[in-house]
Amino acid sequence: MGIRERLSGNEAAAIAMKQINPDVVAAFPITPSTEIPQYFSTFVSNGAVDTEFVAVESEHSAMSACVGAEAAGARAMTATSANGLSYMWEMIYIASSLRLPIVMSLVNRAVSGPLNIHCDHSDAMGVRDSGWIMLFSENNQEAYDNLIMAHRIAEHKDVLLPLMVCQDGFITSHSIENIELIEDDKVKEFVGTYKPEHYLLNEKEPIAIGPLDVQSYLFEHKYQQAEAMRNAKKVINEVAKDFEKMTGRKYSFFEEYQMEDADIAIVCMNSTAGTVKTVVDELRANGIKAGLVKVRMFRPFPAEEIATALGNVKAVAIMDKSDSLNGAGGALFEDVTSAMYVNQKQVPAVSYVYGIGGRDTTAKDIHEVYSSLQEVVKEGKVTNPYRYVGLRK
Amino acid sequence: MKDLIEIRWHGRGGQGAKTASLLLADTAFNTGKYIQGFPEYGPERMGAPITAYNRISNSPIRIHSNIYEPDYVVVVDDTLLESVDVTAGLKEDGAIVINTTKDKEYLNKVLHGYKGKIYTIDARKISLEALGKYFPNTPMLAAIVKVAGIMDENKFLEDMKGSFKHKFAKKPEVIDGNMKALELALKQVNEVQ
Repeated sequence: MGIRERLSGNEAAAIAMKQINPDVVAAFPITPSTEIPQYFSTFVSNGAVDTEFVAVESEHSAMSACVGAEAAGARAMTATSANGLSYMWEMIYIASSLRLPIVMSLVNRAVSGPLNIHCDHSDAMGVRDSGWIMLFSENNQEAYDNLIMAHRIAEHKDVLLPLMVCQDGFITSHSIENIELIEDDKVKEFVGTYKPEHYLLNEKEPIAIGPLDVQSYLFEHKYQQAEAMRNAKKVINEVAKDFEKMTGRKYSFFEEYQMEDADIAIVCMNSTAGTVKTVVDELRANGIKAGLVKVRMFRPFPAEEIATALGNVKAVAIMDKSDSLNGAGGALFEDVTSAMYVNQKQVPAVSYVYGIGGRDTTAKDIHEVYSSLQEVVKEGKVTNPYRYVGLRK
Repeated sequence: MKDLIEIRWHGRGGQGAKTASLLLADTAFNTGKYIQGFPEYGPERMGAPITAYNRISNSPIRIHSNIYEPDYVVVVDDTLLESVDVTAGLKEDGAIVINTTKDKEYLNKVLHGYKGKIYTIDARKISLEALGKYFPNTPMLAAIVKVAGIMDENKFLEDMKGSFKHKFAKKPEVIDGNMKALELALKQVNEVQ
């Protein structure tokens, strides 16, 4: 019935990788994800896994090594943050367009500059159109659980896309919290053996991977990538159902907290969702019908489902832990509001940018956002949809 | 113990305040609690002021932010008292535990007339006596466990012996000294009257 433990988010990710025991891990250290390959390399040295650990000289090489390994027919994993992900940029697109189901643990951190090692989501938002499945995690438990589910999703024949599991740098990666681990044998059985259909080391089927793809077919191949991303929704739900059978922990595209009769709602991702839940409880105790939609599956984006979930509220704030610097609002805000427009849900919506570069987001900040939503409901209109919370006055 | 207690640690880089907060999380975890233990990461260098936090609760902890209104504050280094506002937000029905030999008059002045309970402990003396070196975090851990009533003292000592055996597997010669530091600290932490 699970193992009661206390681990940091990075320890939880490393232990998930140990239990998965992939064929190859290639990584280069970068704060705040450094501990993941660090812990994992001790598992390699101690013989707890039989993974080939490739200590590369850069993140570009880390992703290149994962691409090579996965193309050869191996199961490959990596971990990185911020500028490490930036340095992988070219290979990130190669991984997804070659349909290689690599799994990455991304510990979210601000992309420089100026130099900042703390948490925001600018690294993840930078690769949101790169064709990777992106799952977000509120705490160490979800970072662990999402990794355990990752290979089943990514390697499914209707999907074959790389997948990244995000968690907040320092806030969860370096915080020790309670967690329930799954027994090794159960994880092994759940994840299963990787059996690629086409791979380079198959001498019975000589193939080329990644040759020139010009006007005649690249368009069709991109269409297939998009189709795989659409297929991923069904697979993500199926895997979550099996996971629930094993652990009792239920995962959906997003978590709805007190949304049944909510008048005002916040949409956000990762650790801040926990803080929002405590504020929702406080507001509900005072008779204010507040709710939360915590997005777990950001890519593919659950457009129709999220529009339905928010369709009956009187005002919604979508919170982005990075600024798109487009002069119009954060990335999650744009996805949510366009989903609502297309699905004809007319709800006043505001964008709140928060927590940039590790700025602490407090319960007080969240109260401020809900108060502003009450104002929107009272006035019946949004005068300034592009806002900040927690900024120095 | 209350349903949720929140603790803030003030120390200097290299004194082990972060380690102490993680050990406290471990200790409370072993009594069946839900815990959080996390430092506030800044530029990491020896001697710079650092802050670490603990939440200990009977139910799952969901909030993810720093602690602004702690129930308890632990000050590992009394040279911080004049430069850091250590009682900021500290609840008056809570307490502050300070590693110091300074007198009541001085403490009242630097704590801006804090009205809650003030406890002091000479962690330097205890550490030197028990370990022959200055590691203030072990005595401060015992002090906060006692002041906050986190668990039974004997159970705490028993648990810590297990933790030290694990933590110091490669240098077992320091286990007895650390245990002695805990025992002395439990006896020598006193409320300033």
